[in-house]
Amino acid sequence: MVELFFQQLINGLSLGALYALIAVGYTVVYGIVQLINFAHGEIFMIGAFGAFVTWMLLGRPTDWSVATSLLVLLPLMIIGGMVASVATAVATERFAYRPLRNAPRLAPLISAIGVSVFLQEFVRLFFGTIPFVGRIPGWPDAKSAVPFPSIPGISGQTIQLGGVLIQMPAIFTLGALAVSTVFLWYFVNRTKTGRAMVATSQDPDTARLMGINVDRVIVAAFAVGAALAAVAGVAHGLRYGNIDFRMGFLAGLKAFTAAVLGGIGNINGAVVGGLVLGLAEAMATTFIPGQFGSSAWKDVWAFVLLILVLVFRPQGLLGAKVVDRA
Amino acid sequence: MLEIKKMVVAYGRVNAVKGIDFTVEKGQIVSLLGTNGAGKSTTLRAISGLLKLVSGEIWFEGERIDGQPAHKIVERGIAQSPEGRRLFRQMSVEDNLKLGAYSRKDAGGIKSDMDRVYDLFPVLGERRTEAAGLFSGGEQQMLAIGRAMMSRPKLLMLDEPSMGLSPIMTQTIMKTIQDLQADGVTILLVEQNAQAALSLADRGYVLEVGQIMFSDTGKALLGDDRVRKAYLGAD
Ligand SMILES: Nc1ncnc2c1ncn2[C@@H]1O[C@H](COP(=O)(O)OP(=O)(O)O)[C@@H](O)[C@H]1O
Ligand SMILES: [Mg+2]
Repeated sequence: MVELFFQQLINGLSLGALYALIAVGYTVVYGIVQLINFAHGEIFMIGAFGAFVTWMLLGRPTDWSVATSLLVLLPLMIIGGMVASVATAVATERFAYRPLRNAPRLAPLISAIGVSVFLQEFVRLFFGTIPFVGRIPGWPDAKSAVPFPSIPGISGQTIQLGGVLIQMPAIFTLGALAVSTVFLWYFVNRTKTGRAMVATSQDPDTARLMGINVDRVIVAAFAVGAALAAVAGVAHGLRYGNIDFRMGFLAGLKAFTAAVLGGIGNINGAVVGGLVLGLAEAMATTFIPGQFGSSAWKDVWAFVLLILVLVFRPQGLLGAKVVDRA
Repeated sequence: MLEIKKMVVAYGRVNAVKGIDFTVEKGQIVSLLGTNGAGKSTTLRAISGLLKLVSGEIWFEGERIDGQPAHKIVERGIAQSPEGRRLFRQMSVEDNLKLGAYSRKDAGGIKSDMDRVYDLFPVLGERRTEAAGLFSGGEQQMLAIGRAMMSRPKLLMLDEPSMGLSPIMTQTIMKTIQDLQADGVTILLVEQNAQAALSLADRGYVLEVGQIMFSDTGKALLGDDRVRKAYLGAD
């Protein structure tokens, strides 16, 4: 029983770390433009595909040593995923959201849903092709799931700790969250752009009076969220062994839930919300008896938790809209 | 230095500023007076680039600046301490001042200007790591003015710096404004407290429901019957 508990603790935390990495993107953007970027789940998906494409372009290495894989291949894939995610997010902001900055609040929300559908369909229809020209020989299409490359030293590897079995991809996800959190803390508290972001989230007009170019701050917020989502995309690929054009939907919904759970607009809240949500799912499927504890019910428990928090603590666990408490 | 020509500014379809003209000469203190809702803050927000003009022009140092984004206007040398202070309340004094210097890159100059603010307002220096929200109204006003000075503006616009302050605190703030003028900063001072504002103003403009009713030197306005009746509580 104790071992089972620790097993689920690790499983829950690593799943939660995945949610947390995506949730930061919802929360940072919301904190600054009060927009729920419903296309953010797709930014995560694009990050995973970006990493996959990088691997393809490197010549689909499968036999690199553990050291080269961990020190060269994986970092390159992460960077490739980030480039894809950040470019997509910045373009989305520029063309789908910025023109609607002063429109009624419903307009950018609908635009976000449009972008979300567009990105899913774009990947489904055009992955592995040169759009409107033809297929690229040897590239898979993405009409169904695409196997994610195995990274020697991580994929399929486990560590035994007492009676607890820890998958290496879970460790990668937790490590990625830890590094990202430190990076975020530094960015928000120690860099000029980070301080400008906090100022803008607290009072955009006054931020303008300080000489802050708010448009650039908004772009930075989208970029930071997208970069972390790309890391999550890689973590997802390693964890589940495949990626697909639909993967952003449920992961995005969960991450959004995590952001609200922690207090939307609050970066620490997104991290805590993600971990709590992951833990809740893992524990519910293990310790709730009978059919209600089956994995089919885990999403139900996740949303029940959200509803409970919203009823009893509407501002979220850590309080809403305090981007500066990072 | 600053010239406003036939400026009209609206919220939605309602004109809040209805075609005003005024000028601020280099080195002057110019006061903009008027009761609540006259359009004073709207005027400053339009100059700062936070609001678009419906029509009219804004000229600063021989160049037209209306239509430019707010951060460009700060870079040109116009700073504003907004109504209600609008400090970043959870941030420290120091962080607020740093944000005031956001448009600058000269680390050394920023440091020395920060020390200058601390010299001017020792309270702020002593408690520089404390959150801005923890300070009294008067101290917050000092910080708001200090923050606006951090961009080293040529023109400093102050929106009701005496609001909510005790008479003594108001005097301190007014004294500071005079010191700034002596340092070569041009000042556009918005006030409801006409007595305080006019006694230091080289020139004053009186705004009523979005229009300038009259203007004169500060001294002349202080003696003007219409001003005395409407703004100085005389009968
Ligand atoms: N954000 C706003 N939206 C709509 N109307 C506004 C807004 N701000 C000010 N107004 C209106 O514009 C007019 C001028 O306001 P303002 O410039 O704030 O006056 P003052 O600073 O002289 O007190 C007032 O009638 C006020 O109600
Ligand atoms: Mg006002």
